[in-house]
Amino acid sequence: MDKAAVIGVGITKIEANKIKETFADMVWEAVNKALSDAKMTIDDIDNVITTSNDFWDGRTISCMAVGDASGARHKNVSCVEGDGTFGAFYGLARVLSGSYGTTLVTAHSKGSESVSSLITNAAFDPIYDRALGMDMVSACALQARAYMHRTGTTPEQMAMVSVKNHGNAKYNPLSQLPMDITVQDVLESEMISDPLHKLDCSPVSDGCCAVIIANGKRTSRYGGVPVWIKGVAFCADSYFIGDREISKAVALTKAAKNAFSMAQITDPLSEIDVAEVYDAFTYQELMWIEAMGLSEGGKAGINLEKGHYDIKGRLPVNPSGGLLSGHPVIAGGLIRIAEIVKQLRGEAGGYQVAGARTGVAHGVNGLCGQSHCVWVLTAS
Amino acid sequence: MTDIFSDVEPMVFKSRINVPYAWWTGETAERFFLALRDDKKIMGTRCPVCEKVFVPPRKVCPLCFHEKMAWVEVSSEGVLESFTIVKRQLAALTRKAPVIFGLIKLDGADTSILHYIENPGHEDIKIGTRVAAKFNEERSGSMQDIACFRPIS
Ligand SMILES: [Zn+2]
Repeated sequence: MDKAAVIGVGITKIEANKIKETFADMVWEAVNKALSDAKMTIDDIDNVITTSNDFWDGRTISCMAVGDASGARHKNVSCVEGDGTFGAFYGLARVLSGSYGTTLVTAHSKGSESVSSLITNAAFDPIYDRALGMDMVSACALQARAYMHRTGTTPEQMAMVSVKNHGNAKYNPLSQLPMDITVQDVLESEMISDPLHKLDCSPVSDGCCAVIIANGKRTSRYGGVPVWIKGVAFCADSYFIGDREISKAVALTKAAKNAFSMAQITDPLSEIDVAEVYDAFTYQELMWIEAMGLSEGGKAGINLEKGHYDIKGRLPVNPSGGLLSGHPVIAGGLIRIAEIVKQLRGEAGGYQVAGARTGVAHGVNGLCGQSHCVWVLTAS
Repeated sequence: MTDIFSDVEPMVFKSRINVPYAWWTGETAERFFLALRDDKKIMGTRCPVCEKVFVPPRKVCPLCFHEKMAWVEVSSEGVLESFTIVKRQLAALTRKAPVIFGLIKLDGADTSILHYIENPGHEDIKIGTRVAAKFNEERSGSMQDIACFRPIS
């Protein structure tokens, strides 16, 4: 891949209910944080990609409604409906085309303003499945049980993901749910959709993330610290859940393989220093790590018990606290990229992974992880 | 700076989007629903290339991108691939919690369908449990012509 880098990132505080900010206010804040991080002005931005979802925003053509706050007026602005990692993929392709030197990518959502169960129910096929009344939580609960059945992962191991990530969040001032909890707390929390307890699920959140991507000479023109994009891939599985091998994430395995190969990484387990993955539910962190080849098959739960995924472990996973500690849908994956950028610049403060040089960020779109986008980044 | 929201209720604008849709089922789903309604039969389509049987039926094989699919009847019994017991009254539920959703692979099919699982005998259900479709007496041509799947004891 030609040279390209992330040269600026901005994340708003992730909150349960941002009563003081509209969508556009959140975008404005994240964009200005990213510009200031990159030591750029809006005039240095050649083009803009906004990422949003019309159902979550409660308006059609939602992406265009945040154009002004992204400084996109009188610029080439395009949109992605899906996770922010997919928006960033498009933004990267645009700078790699040579037509643009810099892309500003934004992703936002406010879960607090609607009803997530009804919105995710609408992701089901209207002719065959939707009337059953399933949503993201009940669908992922099916997947969790299938994953536990295949791998022998226990409810206690899943609970330990929640304990670890909420604990990591104590060091992340932007996180929504820093908490000292125990495995017992997770197992005793409300059973929402068996086998998923309340504390196995990420919360409803508001938040926005902005990332600036540059090519060629533009990567070091402004004085910010570039973090290099070494490999990126995305891959989608079948639409119908019943068509997939539900206990495995075949699409993620393919995406990770392609991203690692592009980055010339042959042994991801020894070459990746830190991972931020899409932990919308506890079992997903384990399932995604395994699918990416960052754990031996079926052993992620056991490795977690051994402390391998702690901030000081063999492969720190979600040192920021992950989505379990704050999950603005759409922005979720872009925040994973921004967190890896902070780690590789040594700017992650209390949750800094010592000596992190190479990191992987991961985003998901669709029910039960239908599609996955994987980013491999390295420090300057 | 003083917090202007500290003493006041935040101002919110309440609204909803309410747009009726009428989805044309397409000829493939139509044939599937008519077989459910008129004959209590569950139909799938088989790809002549990979020989996989898809339920619900597909007009085009999603694996081979091949169009000449053949209609086949599959069994109304199958195996539970996974399930969940929803205990919270999630907003999307259309019936009172607890509700059991299952992923069922019918005998003769290579894919699974989502549906309700009912367990009136309180049997020990698990992945691999055999289940059978219970059809509604009154059927109108929809997935709800199957009331639920129940464990076969
Ligand atoms: Zn085929």
